[in-house]
Amino acid sequence: MIDLMQMIISGIAVGSSYALMGLGMVLIYKSSAVPNFVQGEMALLPVFIAYMIIDTYGYPVHVAFAGALAFAVLLGCFLEFAIVRRAKEPNVIGLIIITIGMEMALLGLVSWKFGADQRTMPFPISSYDSVMVGGLYISTLDLLTLTVALVLMTGLFLFFRFTKFGVAMKATQQNEAVARLMGIRTRRVKMMTWGISAMVGTVAGLLIAPTIIEPYMMWDPLLKGFAGAVVGGMTSLPGAVFGAYIVGIIEHLFGGYVSIEFKSVVAFAVIVIVLCVKPSGLFARHYVKKV
Amino acid sequence: MSALLEIRNIETWYDLVYAIRGVSLSVEEGTITAILGNNGAGKTTILRTVMGLITDQPDKGEIEFNGHRIDGMDTEKIVRLGISCVPEGREVFEELTVRENLMMGAYIRKDKKEIQKDVERVFAYFPVLSDRVNQWAGFLSGGEQQMLAIGRALMSRPRLLLLDEPSLGLSPLLVGEIFDIIGRINREGVTILLVEQNAKKALDVSDNALILENGRFVLKGKSRDLMKDDNVKEFYMGVRSQASVKGYQRWKRKKVWR
Repeated sequence: MIDLMQMIISGIAVGSSYALMGLGMVLIYKSSAVPNFVQGEMALLPVFIAYMIIDTYGYPVHVAFAGALAFAVLLGCFLEFAIVRRAKEPNVIGLIIITIGMEMALLGLVSWKFGADQRTMPFPISSYDSVMVGGLYISTLDLLTLTVALVLMTGLFLFFRFTKFGVAMKATQQNEAVARLMGIRTRRVKMMTWGISAMVGTVAGLLIAPTIIEPYMMWDPLLKGFAGAVVGGMTSLPGAVFGAYIVGIIEHLFGGYVSIEFKSVVAFAVIVIVLCVKPSGLFARHYVKKV
Repeated sequence: MSALLEIRNIETWYDLVYAIRGVSLSVEEGTITAILGNNGAGKTTILRTVMGLITDQPDKGEIEFNGHRIDGMDTEKIVRLGISCVPEGREVFEELTVRENLMMGAYIRKDKKEIQKDVERVFAYFPVLSDRVNQWAGFLSGGEQQMLAIGRALMSRPRLLLLDEPSLGLSPLLVGEIFDIIGRINREGVTILLVEQNAKKALDVSDNALILENGRFVLKGKSRDLMKDDNVKEFYMGVRSQASVKGYQRWKRKKVWR
């Protein structure tokens, strides 16, 4: 029983970083209608920037992390402004190829500048210390990840619920032409969506960094986050979070009880099962347009 | 009398489709102008061209609002000049609440107190909306969505309101109600350009009217004169002018406008 609970706790902890990646993907999918494969690398580059700030210039961790987050926002905005927006009347396939291209370019840039060897981010909270909560061990890093993820999700929820810009972002996602009729500068809104999405992904990346930094570190969270988002219906923020946690927990249970080798594959089995049962995803909503 | 909106000889293409073929019209301040026409005549296209929603269009011609050239301008800027549009088919933001929809209508304004007053004003026009403030607009009925779309457009305090088929898909009773409100909005100082299929209602409420066919205006005049025009009566209001011997309704067009 303790084993089971322990695995669920670990699943939730790892699910938090999946959830952040999934959130980032859903944000962009809703505004630009593209599965964003550069999501991982939009987080990767800022993580390496943070590492460089600490390692080369010797600034404290919080400065480096703040710098990385600011850089992530700029990077996201830049990618949308300089590349995605330039595609005139793009279709989904074209946009997917563009994101994959950007992904390869950024990955190449990081590998070239920083090398492919594995390191860890110097970080005050270690993944080897743990606290005991009701007979269960949870590592302090996992606890931090969970806390940060929950705070960030709450922040996003409040942002989309109560701020004018957040509501305008939702309006743009739902109906871009009409959003323009309201006087919303939709191009700017889309650009900021990419910025926010990159920032959310970077938070996930920074929380993985104390364990490992290498150019391929974001691949696994990206795919699992994507899986979680698809499970949740790809258009729903709570859906992406919920889906990511499901993927995290099932993955850990599978790894513990069935086979540790096939642990990573199980996320995609979950996708298949969910899509068989409810093709639109667990949280997708549909409206019948009234005429 | 000064023209608030002046359209001079615009031509609009949808890729290879020549939709608007040289159209001019002027909307006087404080009036209601109606554009009537069949499906596919290009009524909606005129409104979309005015709002700058069709990229790189109009191909030719000039649009002036309140003395400013607005053709080729971004929609976002045109809205800030004081034009507001109720798009065809309502197009409310389905996953936003009624209140959020209205707030988006007031997106270009910063004066919170006045915005709150205008929300009250919209609820005075459409009391049914006030019961549903916190419901998602996607769950409203068609008529309520149309009311919300009109209310949302009013929230920016426009000088000119473009209405695209407000009667679309509504019951006759509701259509009457909506047109009453349109008249009331106009009397309270908003100039209106109305696009309609429902010729009788549109001519009743409007001051001036134009008839559009195949991308050209074929007739224009005072609405009360057009109402008496035989061609308009026959083509757009379905008044039978020839009775058949067996009592079937028989239609015969006297005139082809092209």
